[in-house]
Amino acid sequence: MHEVALCNALVGLINDQQRERGFRQVRRVIVEVGVLGHVDPRALDFAFDVEARNSAAEGAVLEIHEIEGRAWCMDCSQLVTLGRRGDACPLCGGFGLIVEQGEELRLKELEVI
Amino acid sequence: MCGVCGCGEGDTRLETGGSGSKPAARDVVVPIDQVHDHGGTLRDDPAGRAHLVSVEQDILSKNNALAAHNRKHFNSHRVLALNLVSSPGAGKTSLLVQSLNRLLPATTAAVIEGDQETTADADRIRATGAPAIQVNTGRGCHLDAEMIDQAFHRLHFQDGVLFIENVGNLVCPAGFDLGEAHKVVIASVTEGEDKPLKYPNMFAAASLMLVSKVDLLPHLDFDVEQLVDNARRVNPNLAVIHVSATTGEGIDRWLQWVRAARDMASVSA
Repeated sequence: MHEVALCNALVGLINDQQRERGFRQVRRVIVEVGVLGHVDPRALDFAFDVEARNSAAEGAVLEIHEIEGRAWCMDCSQLVTLGRRGDACPLCGGFGLIVEQGEELRLKELEVI
Repeated sequence: MCGVCGCGEGDTRLETGGSGSKPAARDVVVPIDQVHDHGGTLRDDPAGRAHLVSVEQDILSKNNALAAHNRKHFNSHRVLALNLVSSPGAGKTSLLVQSLNRLLPATTAAVIEGDQETTADADRIRATGAPAIQVNTGRGCHLDAEMIDQAFHRLHFQDGVLFIENVGNLVCPAGFDLGEAHKVVIASVTEGEDKPLKYPNMFAAASLMLVSKVDLLPHLDFDVEQLVDNARRVNPNLAVIHVSATTGEGIDRWLQWVRAARDMASVSA
């Protein structure tokens, strides 16, 4: 839902990169999105096409790499994989979990000409 | 505009209840034909072929930098900032009005009100005597750090508690740090017990959950313990206080929590 604002920020970062590096056009935008974060990849993809209009990234392909969720289980004292917030620890079934990975929202690379 | 919910980057307006309003500055997208000519040579690849450049930047880095600026600003002004979030209609404004009536004048307090449209909420707040600024986000579905920076500069507020009433929405405000000391999520007993599981990011980001409208419990088939269990599944450290703006139940406990948070903030500042 807030993916429009996120894509607006993303296009802002791309514009900064263009000023810094002087490329003409962006063909591919590679972003990393954690599965435990607040971003819906489909909405991000839709919003990107709209927000990229009249920028160097117009028409570029948005490539979304998902990052899996990981949490520290306070009962098992180890890192476990977490598919979704609210899921139990796959080892002990408890909910004493501190998320360590899976909330990323990062512009990783640009393919440019 | 977003195809999922129709939200977008509308014109943001600040309304201070006196002087005129001014649109907030937004990020400017530079059209490709306004970028200066680099003579066809690329620093990364002189041959001008398609190539990958590594960026590795958080997409919210600008918002996060402004939030860090706000946090510093709040600390230097001895202000405890609380970001109140909930779905629409959970009773944020009624709860705030009750809270302000008990806090003032012993504790100074101010409010930044976020809503898509209207100044109705800020008007209700000002009736308590607390200064309030309304930020209308237009089509935007959340407050961001830049809006708070501008609103805080207009408030000229120090030595007190700043309540930021976010746009009624349990999804979008979760991702936008405003520089607050804590997010406080309000869940009313007229909503479902599964709200924390449906919107886990907000409950995970909050320090405190206020369970509101508890005066209605005798008339409802609502399992409060289930709500609290669900919330602690996504946030094992979440504090919980039951409140009613109608009967006043729990309001003093909530205000004790606010004072304790303020004491903690002044110790760490």
